[in-house]
Amino acid sequence: MNFTLHVWRQKNVDSPGQMVIYPARDISPDSSFIEMIDVVNSGLAEKGEDPIAYEADCLEGICGCCSMTINGIPHGPGRGATTCQLHMRSFQDGEHIYIEPFRSAAFPLVKDLMVDRSSFDRIIQAGGFISVNTGGAQDANSIPIPKDDADLAFDAAQCIGCGACVAGCKNGAAMLFTAAKVAQLARLPQGQPERYRRVVHMVETMDNEGFGSCTNQYECEAVCPKEISVRYIAEMNRDYIKAKLCK
Amino acid sequence: MNNLLAFFSSSIGRKVLIAITGLLLVLFLIAHLIGNLLFFLGPDSLNSYAAALKGNPALLWSARIGLLTVFVLHLMNALALAMQNRAARGVQYQNKGYMAATAASRTMVITGLVVLLYVAYHLSHFTLGLTNPDHFSMHDAQGRHDVYGMILHGFQIPVVAWGYVAAMLVVAYHLSHGIQSSLQTFGLRNENYTPCVKQFSVFLALLLCLGFSSIPLAVQFGLVG
Repeated sequence: MNFTLHVWRQKNVDSPGQMVIYPARDISPDSSFIEMIDVVNSGLAEKGEDPIAYEADCLEGICGCCSMTINGIPHGPGRGATTCQLHMRSFQDGEHIYIEPFRSAAFPLVKDLMVDRSSFDRIIQAGGFISVNTGGAQDANSIPIPKDDADLAFDAAQCIGCGACVAGCKNGAAMLFTAAKVAQLARLPQGQPERYRRVVHMVETMDNEGFGSCTNQYECEAVCPKEISVRYIAEMNRDYIKAKLCK
Repeated sequence: MNNLLAFFSSSIGRKVLIAITGLLLVLFLIAHLIGNLLFFLGPDSLNSYAAALKGNPALLWSARIGLLTVFVLHLMNALALAMQNRAARGVQYQNKGYMAATAASRTMVITGLVVLLYVAYHLSHFTLGLTNPDHFSMHDAQGRHDVYGMILHGFQIPVVAWGYVAAMLVVAYHLSHGIQSSLQTFGLRNENYTPCVKQFSVFLALLLCLGFSSIPLAVQFGLVG
């Protein structure tokens, strides 16, 4: 397959960036999007040009590194998959493909398609944990947890922190990420002692990092490679309102 | 008090404030529509209703001041958040696509500002009597302000009547997202009733649009007067 790539090239956060056109020739329909970029990069390297910088790690859709906005959609077309799990057969032969970094003021650009997502780490540091003295592993099932709660906590815990929710949201909001990280603990007994303190600290950090706020468009849920539900945003709103007004 | 102020200056707090004021404005629209529909019962019903409202200045002015406060809070907070949200993107995309966000949800600021312009015109038309002073100064046989005649004459002008209908479509578009959105903001979500809430949001928006539009349409098609 052949494609025409329009790729955002930018040396670093301080230099101006622009879209640059590259042809991608003889691409296997079964190659992943990352492999396709590698083919293009090999060609660039042979010509002595600077290859396109991007981030990737596990290549199996669980690390959340491969952040790219493809044709205006984070992780590209198709639901429930990261960029590394996106295959070129999802595109038409001869298609023009637009590749941009995840855009957010809270994700400063490092180079080309790489952004710095440490603002997510700071949201986690603000409360995305439980404070317990760890010792020997507890017996399984020593704390009974209803199946529904366990399932919902697990669904929230699938968040890989890739930032697609922020990149897809018209408002650059990080509410789906923050809500998932709040809910995975709020749904479990171990998360209860710090439940309300946690939500307040995490939301305040989210606001201070410069993320936008949710206008309930649910684009985040649609672009999330783990298909995390916006129900967790409602749950976070409820906990935050309770924490600030009733506690 | 400090807690409350801190809450309403957070992103979620501001959204809660926009949702509360938005729902209050919807309640006002329902009350306003019920009053408007007296038009179909004839001049006496509508004019005596209007005279009763004007005859109770304490109620009238507290309602007006309350309404203005709610409107300004809704508008200012929504604009402030919209500006923050725009800044949160940083560099704009060259090519942005959407998978789920509806056009209504993406155009809330635009439709909201159109409604603001409409309200400015509507107040100068029917409340302040600035745009058609000749319609505004009429009195009925009992010497009351002839609200019925004012509406009838106003809506006999095609551009005014159709302008009102168009404005009501914009209001409905705004509400079709706004009503359901407010419940999500309050955290009132449940996998059973949320789909119904979405449908109800669109239904209520259309009902209000139809109700308000029925008057200019009835006048334009010669069904009244």
